[in-house]
Amino acid sequence: MLRPYLAILSARFQLVLQYRAAALAGFATQCWWGGMKVLIFSAFYAGARGLAPMSFAHTVSYTWLGQAFLMFLPWYVDPEVADMVRTGAVAYERLRPVDGWAWWYARALAWTAARVVPRAALMFAMAAVFMPLVGLGRWGLRLPPDGLGAILFCAAILAAALLSASMTVILNVVAAASLTDRGANAIAAPIAIVFSGSLVPLAFFPHALTPFMRLQPFAGLMDTPFRVWNGELVGAAAVGAIALQLAWVLILAVLGRRAVEAVMGRIQVQGG
Amino acid sequence: MAQVVVEDLRKTYRVAAREPGAWGAIRGLARRRWREIEALAGASFAIGSGELVGFIGPNGAGKSTTIKILSGILRPSAGACEVDGLVPWRDRIRHVARIGVVFGQRTQLWWDLPVIDGFDLLRDIYRVDPARYRRTRDELVGLMRLEPLLDQPVRQLSLGQRMRCEIAAAMLHEPRLLFLDEPTIGLDAPAKLAVRELVGTLNRERGVTVVLTTHDMQDIEALARRVIVIGKGVILADQPLDVFRAGVLAERRVVADFAGEAPRIAISGVEERARDGRSLELAFDPARIAAPALIAAIAANHPLEDIRVVHPQIEEVIARFYDLHGAGEA
Amino acid sequence: MNGLALYLRYVGVSVRGQMQYPRTFLLLNASQFFGSAIEILGISTLFGVFGHIRGWSLAQVAVFYGVVNAAFALADVATRGFDVFGPQFVRTGAFDRLLLRPRTTALQLLGFELRVQFGRLLQAMIVFAFGASALRLSFTPAHVLLLAWALAGGVALFGGILVLQATLCFWTVDALEVANILSFGGTQAGQYPLNIYAAWFRNLLIFIIPIGCVAYFPVVALLGARDPLGAPSWLLPLTPAVGFLFLAVALRVWALGLAKYASTGS
Repeated sequence: MLRPYLAILSARFQLVLQYRAAALAGFATQCWWGGMKVLIFSAFYAGARGLAPMSFAHTVSYTWLGQAFLMFLPWYVDPEVADMVRTGAVAYERLRPVDGWAWWYARALAWTAARVVPRAALMFAMAAVFMPLVGLGRWGLRLPPDGLGAILFCAAILAAALLSASMTVILNVVAAASLTDRGANAIAAPIAIVFSGSLVPLAFFPHALTPFMRLQPFAGLMDTPFRVWNGELVGAAAVGAIALQLAWVLILAVLGRRAVEAVMGRIQVQGG
Repeated sequence: MAQVVVEDLRKTYRVAAREPGAWGAIRGLARRRWREIEALAGASFAIGSGELVGFIGPNGAGKSTTIKILSGILRPSAGACEVDGLVPWRDRIRHVARIGVVFGQRTQLWWDLPVIDGFDLLRDIYRVDPARYRRTRDELVGLMRLEPLLDQPVRQLSLGQRMRCEIAAAMLHEPRLLFLDEPTIGLDAPAKLAVRELVGTLNRERGVTVVLTTHDMQDIEALARRVIVIGKGVILADQPLDVFRAGVLAERRVVADFAGEAPRIAISGVEERARDGRSLELAFDPARIAAPALIAAIAANHPLEDIRVVHPQIEEVIARFYDLHGAGEA
Repeated sequence: MNGLALYLRYVGVSVRGQMQYPRTFLLLNASQFFGSAIEILGISTLFGVFGHIRGWSLAQVAVFYGVVNAAFALADVATRGFDVFGPQFVRTGAFDRLLLRPRTTALQLLGFELRVQFGRLLQAMIVFAFGASALRLSFTPAHVLLLAWALAGGVALFGGILVLQATLCFWTVDALEVANILSFGGTQAGQYPLNIYAAWFRNLLIFIIPIGCVAYFPVVALLGARDPLGAPSWLLPLTPAVGFLFLAVALRVWALGLAKYASTGS
């Protein structure tokens, strides 16, 4: 019963691995982004250390984690979907003997995982191992305070992956429905970047916004797991935050299913 | 002085070898292996001005490599080539200004632009004198009956209409040499006939040299007076079409329809090829028995209603040829 | 028809083509505006917390930001053909068609599509205006000329970077991301005055990918500030010339890429 989904997971994974030049290039790019941000934070902190809501070390770790897990941001519509939308082949999705939403979810999850895993591994190797080794430990990634923190982090990251996939599915559905691959992408990207903590850690936003920032779904993509890593979220608070991530996964899954059904019913095959 | 001269053309590609499966993909991240593919292994031929040559061969034989070299897009590994006195890849800009190239199914016109605007833009790109352009354009539009299509964006045309516009577009700058790559692919029957007629007219009445690359053997049958067959990177045959045909399959066919059930014919030098109710297809060797004699012999002994003498289908000829030369798909 | 005239023809064609899809046009402009605006959102958030960066205020940084982003935006608009070179030309084989036309490929790619997208440019101008007015910058003819000159150099520099990015596609169609380091990354780095960076990085941005020459030095001159890096004030207005030099080098590399394509095909 799971076979078709596992098959597509494997196929997507292979496809992404083939582009090894792209993989290395992506890594280099992200080292740059991370490095730039750390440099700029360093300049800011040099002037007024006491004003910051997070310690420099935590901010730096947060930044590198942000690069490692950048692909969690649902800002790319799966290129396969984009192609399908453009050529009108989306209608053929109905012909597959599998559950629509689950199929799309498996594909989104595979696509996200295939992009995240290699980069995260490389990023960790660079920022947590290599940099301290060459004496740049101050600007590198610090490890979690204890083993429990590490375990909770893994749980939070898994939840983030599930969350990301459910958002991607909705993006893909919107793209299929509007018959253009650009619209959904364009709106989702900035929103996701700001509210996940990818732009700046959420703690830097004005205090008044904090409760809202903590509750909205995008926080679960990055801010939540990263704060667990840094030891800012511990014990019951951490578990609660993870539970919130999963709650959003469920909500978006339900929305996703409804959306898939609605769109599949409405799609008109473009004549040729 | 031949217009196109090709001497001992060679081309070798290096391609990355990918291993199948997930494990192979991961290994491919670390180490890359290369394979050498010899696409052309010494091809030589010459084409005179005004000829219409069919350039055929199985997939992977080196056809598109040769065309790319002749058009100046690709540089060969070794060998010489001259078109109208220019070396294509070295004098690219001057060379491409004198040739026209049509790719089947792909259009060089701008998708969202009306056809006529695309033509005008090509005039500017090719620096055609405006008065000459107007004359040429009007002639081509008339010849290909494009008037109703001129104001439509290219994306709204059918494939057949697009192909006619495509050929016109390729001729706007009055090239002396035209390369056609699969021009009838994907077209319905009337469109194919129209395209063949156009190409034939351009060649006969305007003296445009045409090099036609195609898998559609009816194109060859209708247009080519000479065929060059390429296989595994070498030229396998370079002859007038009938000589080629006779060389491969020196037989002719007789298709006879009888009043009753088709009989068994026992004449030496004659073999039965196909039978369908009242119809019979026979193969005979014209060297052993002449067509009139054969017809007379059949008619004398059996109630004949209709009879016609044909060549074997060109597809059969080609397939037989590939077999003979082990030239099947690479 | 000479090259420039043909380019303008191409521009007209491209604009008309895009105007046929008004919805997409609006959407792309809006998304570009907001997409680039989040960058300044991030910067102002940080200034909200810290107040200043090595002595430079938000308004001053806004001027640097505006100039760099405007230059990049203009170059980006003009070079879409190079931007999509990999996926739309090399991978599909459509590049062959460009080679079959009796014009240089660079000209044809420049003319491919003039991106009628001014979201980023608009955003840059707004930020610049905010900074300039907060600082009460005077716009004497000399200042305006300097600004235009700096922008021209910046457009040339970013144009060169984008050409180099496209040239990569001759070797590998997929490694495009790394080139973003130069274009987007360069923009990001140039948004801040260079003296906030460590020496090695500063020098990179002045001598190798000379963003500093088209943004930092001219703007320091514009702001009438003394350069904390100690460059003599007569040198400051001349530096945008480096941008043009960079573009010339980039086009030479492009020619190398073309030669490589001719020997290996697509």
